[in-house]
Amino acid sequence: MRIPCPFCGSRDSREFVFRGDAAPARPALDAGEGEADAMFDYLYLRDNPAGHFEELWYHAQGCRNWLRVRRDTVTHAVAGATFARAGQAA
Amino acid sequence: MRYSILQLARQALQRHRGWGPAWRDATPRDGYDVVIVGGGGHGLAAAYYLAKVHGITNVAVVERSWIGGGNAGRNTTIIRSNYALPGNEPFYEWSMKLWEGLEQELNYNAMVSQRGVLNLYHSDPQRDGYARRGNAMRMHGVDCTLLDADAVRKMAPFLDFDNARFPIQGGLLQERGGTARHDAVNWGYARAASALGVDIIQNCEVTGFLRDASGAVIGVETSRGTIRAGKVGLSVAGMTSVVAAKAGLRLPIESHALQAFVSEGLKPLIPGVITFGAGHFYVSQSDKGGLVFGGDIDGYNSYAQRGNLPVVEDVCEGGMALMPMIGRVRMLRSWGGVMDMSMDGSPIIDRTPIDGLYLNAGWCYGGFKATPASGWCFAHLLATDAPHHTATAYRLDRFRTGHVIDEKGVGAQANLH
Amino acid sequence: MTGPHRLGTGGLVDRTRTLSFRFDGKAYTGHPGDTLASALLANGVRVFARSFKYHRPRGVLTAGSEEPNALVTLRTGARAEPNTRATTIELFDGLEAVSQNRWPSLAFDVMAVNQLFAPLFVAGFYYKTFMWPAKAWEKLYEPVIRRAAGLGALSGQEDPDHYDHAHAFCDVLVVGGGPAGLIAALDAGRSGLRVVIADEGPLLGGRLLSERVIVGGHQGTEWAAAASAELAAMANVQVLPRTTVFGRFEAGEYGAIEQVADHLPVPLPGQPRQRLWKVVAAHTILATGATERPIVFDGNDRPGVMLASAVSTYCNRYGVAPGRRAVVFTSGDSGWQTAADLIAAGVTLVAVIDTRNAVPEVLAAPVRAAGVTVITGGQVIAASGSPLSRVIACDAGENRVSLDADLLAVAGGWNPQVALATHIGHKPVWRDAIAAYALGDPPADVMAAGAADGIYGLAGILASARAAAQVAMAALGHDAVLAPLPRADDVPHAVSAVWASGPCKAKAFVDFQHDVTADDVTLAVREGFTSVEHLKRYTTLGMATDQGRVSQVNGHGLLAAATGRALAETGTIRARPPVVPVAIGAFAGHHRGRAFRPIRHTASHDWAAQRGAVFVDAGQWQRAQWYPVAGETHWRQSVDREVNATRNGVGLCDVSTLGKIELIGADVGTLLDRLYINGFSALPVGRVRYGVMLREDGLVMDDGTVTRIAPDRWFMTTTTANAARVMQHIDFARQVLWPTLDVLAVSVTEQWATYSIAGPRARDLLTVALPDVDLSNDALPYMGAITLRWRGHAARLYRVSFSGELSYELSVPAHAGAALVEHLFGVGAAFGLTAYGTEALGVMRIEKGHPAGNELNGWTTATDLGLGRMASKKKDFVGRVSALRPALVDPARPRLVGLMPADGTATIRAGAHLLRVGAAPVAVNDQGYVTSACYSPTLGQPIALALLANGADRHGETVVVHDPVRGADVLAVVCDPVFFDPAGERLRG
Repeated sequence: MRIPCPFCGSRDSREFVFRGDAAPARPALDAGEGEADAMFDYLYLRDNPAGHFEELWYHAQGCRNWLRVRRDTVTHAVAGATFARAGQAA
Repeated sequence: MRYSILQLARQALQRHRGWGPAWRDATPRDGYDVVIVGGGGHGLAAAYYLAKVHGITNVAVVERSWIGGGNAGRNTTIIRSNYALPGNEPFYEWSMKLWEGLEQELNYNAMVSQRGVLNLYHSDPQRDGYARRGNAMRMHGVDCTLLDADAVRKMAPFLDFDNARFPIQGGLLQERGGTARHDAVNWGYARAASALGVDIIQNCEVTGFLRDASGAVIGVETSRGTIRAGKVGLSVAGMTSVVAAKAGLRLPIESHALQAFVSEGLKPLIPGVITFGAGHFYVSQSDKGGLVFGGDIDGYNSYAQRGNLPVVEDVCEGGMALMPMIGRVRMLRSWGGVMDMSMDGSPIIDRTPIDGLYLNAGWCYGGFKATPASGWCFAHLLATDAPHHTATAYRLDRFRTGHVIDEKGVGAQANLH
Repeated sequence: MTGPHRLGTGGLVDRTRTLSFRFDGKAYTGHPGDTLASALLANGVRVFARSFKYHRPRGVLTAGSEEPNALVTLRTGARAEPNTRATTIELFDGLEAVSQNRWPSLAFDVMAVNQLFAPLFVAGFYYKTFMWPAKAWEKLYEPVIRRAAGLGALSGQEDPDHYDHAHAFCDVLVVGGGPAGLIAALDAGRSGLRVVIADEGPLLGGRLLSERVIVGGHQGTEWAAAASAELAAMANVQVLPRTTVFGRFEAGEYGAIEQVADHLPVPLPGQPRQRLWKVVAAHTILATGATERPIVFDGNDRPGVMLASAVSTYCNRYGVAPGRRAVVFTSGDSGWQTAADLIAAGVTLVAVIDTRNAVPEVLAAPVRAAGVTVITGGQVIAASGSPLSRVIACDAGENRVSLDADLLAVAGGWNPQVALATHIGHKPVWRDAIAAYALGDPPADVMAAGAADGIYGLAGILASARAAAQVAMAALGHDAVLAPLPRADDVPHAVSAVWASGPCKAKAFVDFQHDVTADDVTLAVREGFTSVEHLKRYTTLGMATDQGRVSQVNGHGLLAAATGRALAETGTIRARPPVVPVAIGAFAGHHRGRAFRPIRHTASHDWAAQRGAVFVDAGQWQRAQWYPVAGETHWRQSVDREVNATRNGVGLCDVSTLGKIELIGADVGTLLDRLYINGFSALPVGRVRYGVMLREDGLVMDDGTVTRIAPDRWFMTTTTANAARVMQHIDFARQVLWPTLDVLAVSVTEQWATYSIAGPRARDLLTVALPDVDLSNDALPYMGAITLRWRGHAARLYRVSFSGELSYELSVPAHAGAALVEHLFGVGAAFGLTAYGTEALGVMRIEKGHPAGNELNGWTTATDLGLGRMASKKKDFVGRVSALRPALVDPARPRLVGLMPADGTATIRAGAHLLRVGAAPVAVNDQGYVTSACYSPTLGQPIALALLANGADRHGETVVVHDPVRGADVLAVVCDPVFFDPAGERLRG
């Protein structure tokens, strides 16, 4: 599999570390009431779809950027990748 | 028809024309007391034990394809009960006990072969970790032996003791561990369950759940029509999230691909199951002579039933590091299965928040060895609404309460387990 | 003449040279260009092997990599290579091969007795028996079965050869060097695309090497050689002969195996035996050809029954007549080509039997003209003799004829080789026109051409290859440069769907190697195994080393017939990589033995080695474990001495392997507050603070120190084991969780060499070693840090302590590390400076009750480790919320305690469990376990750290240390985990 790293170009997936679904958002710091439920949801529950998926990869043996990769979990086709730090230059 | 050598001889005289189907290929009826979704080993075993132990025979197993075609038929056939944590060990030991009488129970030769499972260690901390695990096993009444390097050398002189990057210091041996013939397990349970009246319905895909006004599940919608059910049990590891989503459930599970490999047939040389402690590699040798081996999951979410080249290389590197004699052995075939990777690496056998819907899931890459106990415990839950005493830790709410069962101690990331 | 069956002329063998070789100990000769199979056939050898189950004698069925029968063990000793196809082994001088799976000899095999039990040994018979008595499986039945099973034997010795890995990137990958592949590669290559063309054989040409055809006015072999030479001369084309593309993976990645030196007796010096190619291709043309099918009939496995295409290949390519009196049995037009080849080779052709009633006259006429019996609408009923001596056939009127023959060429149609496309999920579809499964709607970057797409006429093949190349070039937006296609003549090439002939009453084989018969397929259907996957698993059809290339479709044809389903509905098996079996050593490449994983050495590794250090692996690092000196015969002597020397004088330990991360930016303090349970943002410049970080699930991830070097520059250390994980965690936090924070982070683990100088005389030593530095408590207090220069190098000095002694960590750039150590020991002699290793380091940290890897094991909370009070209540941090879950705050959780043997001497081992005194040693009574243990020379007794249920409240209690896998129980007294200097007076000294 190859990942189109927006900084390094198309690179072998061997250079990357996979983390998982990019969708769950960490609860805010000091969220207060409901934070236990929100953290449980963030940490453990997954949609785990068969098909289109956005996921986090870390270019550990490259530019060390965290990427959001759009990939299909059935065909493994990679549609594209952006920096996870949305809107920021790497 | 009972299977035996005499029956075989009798049938041979008539060119085997007298054998009937191993199980009835049933068509769905309107309703059942229990519908089990998923005709893998776990689902078939659950149906069998529902009928055999609990007398509940009005049971259907619905399978979207052909039985035993998922992970039940694409694993590396290892059976063992060598766990460290108290939530796991009683369950897997119960499974081992069921394996030990399985052929006679089912009248089907599943080739349960207890030739030993040897986990190698390569450092002092690893040795102490295995000692901790071995001691825990002993305290659960499960035999095991901590071997030093000399003892390992006697068992497996072909391992690399002298030129290794991470020299072998010893191993933890569970003598009762071994392998079983995966397809035979599936077919044996199917045949035995069918004989007790269970309907095995193939090519029947569940497309949705039938709900009553309260939201309780009262049946399944399938590609072959609606089937009503007193209770519905999900036993669809690999596809759990997809099927559960049809009932609106989100689960602590990700689907990941695990590859396995078999070599060309060779005369016997590997005594039992051997796992490498300094890389991702484990191996056994089938009765046909092929080396059956595998390693780590591919590591990214997948429903593709196939793997990628980096893991093939990683596994073979481990194999060569452990047994440099296998360089000229050829890999014959590889295949991939889709694993239900739970967020703590341990399974779930529990009721769900939805009445009438029961869950057997999250088996990661260790579901095969669990087949008998998983079936037994899921049947117990379905029949009694209470967990079996060996499976009380496999609760769905353990992630919320923190009572996770994390054998590897790596935390809430599915692909690290 | 090399053997009685060598034809007088013809073939691509070099008749000017003769090679000697041995098979089963007997000497033979052959020529360069031969395979082992062709050379043995030339010598009149007909039995090559015994089958898997019934041990029936078997000959050669094919002339290629799909061979199911003629497997031999090639070479001897450590290079012995079991299960090697005689049909693909290139002959070399001195070659030695032996047959397999027979005892005592190929001619007389005791296990052939299995044939007597054949009526019992039907598909799946083993599932129905061997169940009584229960314990007999492992003890009796299985050992017998295992001994009988398997094919060749492995030497048991280390593979002495090497395997290389290589990468290639191309616009077009052409798989297969037959006529289609050559045209596709020529078109793409001439047009300037980057092309890789791979073929499994030593010569490109494919069927052109085996058939008597004219291409572009030249003999096919000559045209192929010219095309091959043109490709080899193009800078943008890489030609890979002897290379099998075995697997398609994601995103255009292919695995291919190049047999670099398999055609040589041994690899040349420095030459790999094989090379694993990883090819990434934008577009792929499958010019993989088609594999001929046998036909299922009684005795179709007799040595002498051969695929018709193989017969043609042996005649035309190798100049070998595989028999004297031949019969051709065909279900399509291609068998007639073999008939013509046999006539041309001077072999007596007894008869041609075609299952079809109508045969193109252009094919039949020349055969009739040669005086050969032609039977249309007929079939072969049985073959008999071992090796083959008689063929029983019948004509359309069911009239039986008995034919005296030693060669039966069978042409059952063709299966396009499309396995590579199915690896990534494509399902082949049934095509009636070619009576085979072929590509339906393949992935956009893959096209099949020629026979791989069911096109069997030569002109059609060339045209389809050009079309495929044009599609590839168009897809890549590249202009095509096309020369006129060479002229080639199409001959009739119709096929029909015939799977079996005759009654199939006796042994009619579907899968030759696994001895799966037509009866087995029928039985499987009778028992309900009617899906192709169930059929495969129940009968083992298609699971042999040929991966079903020869057998699968016939099996599915029989299955379809038995179930009354169409073949399109029956479907076929999705092929799995590899297409041909590939040596495990090739996948591993150079990553084996000591090179299995990289070895990381610290800057002063050589210095430590020269001092005789014993090294231990810490992940990929090698660290000095202890430094034995003269007279020490046991490691404990060395370690005790090192501990005592450090506690009483001064010791030096290389701690360069700790993870080191430099953090820069205005918001580093804020980020650290969120990563550690304790606060950092208020840390003054020049100060060091110990911190604990949690995973998001509330359990401890790692511990370490952070130093504030400047207002916006910080320096973090991690444990050796977690260096990469913490780096990733920081990058996750600063890029994904809180991207607006102004923080840069970079790993500097390998940039700094760091030494711990510890002991009551540490300051005295450093005062001499670093004369310009003020080391007073005022200038550099405990948990202080300064920067300095040493010999012009930037250096940092941290007053931190893991040993519990007055201690400094001195860091210099890694390239200066060895010099620094030399310097310190140069001035240190006067202070008795002693090098200590990780073992002494471990002893001192246990004496101080510091948690390390054994306690930071992924199951512990900060509170479990006695570090809970560090957690700040004023700020949020990663893991705070999850750490409040009920299971993590349960007061009965195991807590870190110290243990001392009750008798003061008994050994306590890590991994032992803890029990209350008098409690039965069963799981419900489990109270915890020992995490770390050592002998403390400081206390003069064994000590240990343990995690004990509710342990913080149990100091003073006696517990049982239970370690049944290693020894007897011992009693231990629970105590505070800090055994030594609990007030910490020494480190502040």
